[in-house]
Amino acid sequence: MKKIEKLEMVEISKYFHTTRANYKVSFSIESGEILGLLGENGAGKTTLMNILYSLIQSDEGEIRINGETVRLHSPKDAIQRGIGMVHQHFMLIQNHTVAENIALGFEEAPFFFPAGHVAKKIEEFSRIYGLKVNTQEKIWQLSAGEQQRVEIVKALIRGVDLLILDEPTSVLTPQESKELFSILRRMAGNGHSIIFISHKLEEILSICDRVLVLRRGEIVGASSVQSTDKRKLARMMVGRDIIFDFEKEHIERGPLILEVKELIVPGDRTERAVKGVSFKVYKNEIFGIAGVSGNGQRELIEVITGLRRASGGSILINGKDITNASARLVSDQGISHVPEERIKFGIVPNLFIYENTVLKRHHNKRFSKMLFLNYQTIKSHAESIVKDFQVTAPSINTPIKNLSGGNIQKLILGREITGEPTLLVAAHPTYGLDVGATEYIRRQLLERRGKGIAVLLISEDLEEIFELCDRIAVMFEGEIMGILPTQEANIEDIGLMMAGSRK
Amino acid sequence: MDSILISVLNRTLVAGTPLLLATLGEIITERSGILNLGIEGMMAVGAVAGFIVTLATGSPWLGMASAILAGILISAIHAFVSISLKANQVVSGLALTMLGLGGASLFGRPFIGRPLPVKMAPFRIPILADIPLVGKVLFNQDPFFYLSLILGVLLWVLLSRTRWGIQIRSVGENPAASEAQGLNISTVRYICVLIGGGLAGMAGAHLSLIYSKSWTEGLTGGRGWIVIALTIFALWNPLRAFLGAYLFGCIFVLQYILQPIGIPPNLLGMMPYLATLAVLFAGGLKKGRRYLHAPAMLGEPYTKGER
Repeated sequence: MKKIEKLEMVEISKYFHTTRANYKVSFSIESGEILGLLGENGAGKTTLMNILYSLIQSDEGEIRINGETVRLHSPKDAIQRGIGMVHQHFMLIQNHTVAENIALGFEEAPFFFPAGHVAKKIEEFSRIYGLKVNTQEKIWQLSAGEQQRVEIVKALIRGVDLLILDEPTSVLTPQESKELFSILRRMAGNGHSIIFISHKLEEILSICDRVLVLRRGEIVGASSVQSTDKRKLARMMVGRDIIFDFEKEHIERGPLILEVKELIVPGDRTERAVKGVSFKVYKNEIFGIAGVSGNGQRELIEVITGLRRASGGSILINGKDITNASARLVSDQGISHVPEERIKFGIVPNLFIYENTVLKRHHNKRFSKMLFLNYQTIKSHAESIVKDFQVTAPSINTPIKNLSGGNIQKLILGREITGEPTLLVAAHPTYGLDVGATEYIRRQLLERRGKGIAVLLISEDLEEIFELCDRIAVMFEGEIMGILPTQEANIEDIGLMMAGSRK
Repeated sequence: MDSILISVLNRTLVAGTPLLLATLGEIITERSGILNLGIEGMMAVGAVAGFIVTLATGSPWLGMASAILAGILISAIHAFVSISLKANQVVSGLALTMLGLGGASLFGRPFIGRPLPVKMAPFRIPILADIPLVGKVLFNQDPFFYLSLILGVLLWVLLSRTRWGIQIRSVGENPAASEAQGLNISTVRYICVLIGGGLAGMAGAHLSLIYSKSWTEGLTGGRGWIVIALTIFALWNPLRAFLGAYLFGCIFVLQYILQPIGIPPNLLGMMPYLATLAVLFAGGLKKGRRYLHAPAMLGEPYTKGER
């Protein structure tokens, strides 16, 4: 098959039911070029690339390779034509080895003992591109950065000409991202084309040659990176001028609310996911924990909210020891929780909205009498949350699963805040939300800080951490690398701490 | 004493063979991510089909072939319902059990108690069969036994050492990722379920043609459920299935031998299930669920493009 010199997508449109995911999108990319695809969450970037990779089919439009119209029916066709894709959520089989993962779908692998044969090839490619991978390890033993390298090697080994990377840096430390960028530049130098999806402006500007901006499924701007800047790109991406312009007023922090002392927590696979962590959170303060996911943050939150047992150390709330107390007791002590996986742990998808607004508090006198729930109060409670927190919902009598991610998150936040907690634990509260919802939720957190709640914020988004927090801690491999007041922190230091250096 | 030992070992292998065949089938089915609880039904259908065709044609080989075909046909229902229609696999499998058992007794009624006119002769491997003890036990067995050995080893090689094996396991572990690698999930799963049905049918034929040499209602006697336990006991590994099948086969034989000395057969009948619970228990104690090697997406329907 001839190498891809030029690839075009022409007038591509895609509809899901009645929503328009892509509308008349046209662009082209040439060999050796790195093209940035910029847009908010939900702008249709991933859909467009899934069409190119033929995971889904477009409703209108066509794809041309070297000027010729091609019909790609499945990823198999795309792979054969030299198109590869690294998804945001890696498409790897966790229980299989690196070699087995790469052998799957590698046409040239021999029928018998494919993994052994592939292992040799992998080592060859690793050397050329400076990608270090151990072929015999199982995927679940690898870090996110290593898994990404496996994905890239997988594409390279099959002779990819055009590689699509979907939000590749979202799981990486700033240093790992730099490494990725140098690999991508080397690939472009060797004549590969790369499409780089991101919603981070700095990244696009630093790695790409050209950038396309997508909004609501349509291309709203295209330019070379030299002739644009962050401001212009942001305006195109969001469709209005200001993005985040919070004035965080200075508030003296109040008395101590949460104290975590030498906490040790076992993980799912390891003896110790959290290795002796200590910190304090005060009233009127947002305390942020930054770090790449999977460094013990989830286990830490689960212990504080009573969902997991600690094997050492203690947790005090207002001086009261709640170590290893039940989730009900923890919640009754005034700790509320906006969980990381909102669909899995934040709501019961099939229950109605009003039922979801009293989860954890259905046993309160206000909402129940003996064995029976007081639906009248519950419904008026639900109505007021929907109104106060600007939740867009057809009615409170709809199953909550019908709401969008942003509205579900607003409702969860509303439920957790109206309980008037002393401590709010928020894990990745704006992950995957559109700009409007993100802005709203961040404002709410700041407002609650002003009203006297202590907030423990866990986030991977450094922008969010810097905007909201009074103090920032960084977690790496289950330990806190350091705690800095936000005024004294800069992004480079935080980045180094995320990769394991102490401050 | 020697003759008792030989007879026990012999009966163990005979009782273990249908368990092995059906377990191999369930292993490949489950490795592709489909749970088929209908083994009892598929075995019953295979047993009846094998018996009727052998009676009619006088050829036990034709009987075996039609049993395999019958198993494939009835498992196709489960494949269609659980892969194409994405229905609940537990319900579909249970329905298959009842359908198979009911169908088998309906079609088998006229043949109850009829003796088999032809027997499948034991296949004597020259020279090796003359080795004392081992020779008589291992090398003078029915053809099903040898076939099951070959199939077991083949399946192990297929699953662990070939590209198809990686593909089957990947589909059971992570269909979305497998599809992104260019695999057709439905095709792989259909093939695996049908192979599983064929092997269950073959196991049924062993029961009516070799084990009891006749057809009675309830011939399968709960073996289909033991197979499901055995699949877990074997941790989805064909080689461990050998161990499990003969161990459980031995328990079957012991039921008859130990009865006269006062051990209730019901107690021994519980053994396969207790052994499975013990394996699950031991697996649960070891660190991490990965020790059990259950295919990650077992029993989950897959919808294209949905993540």
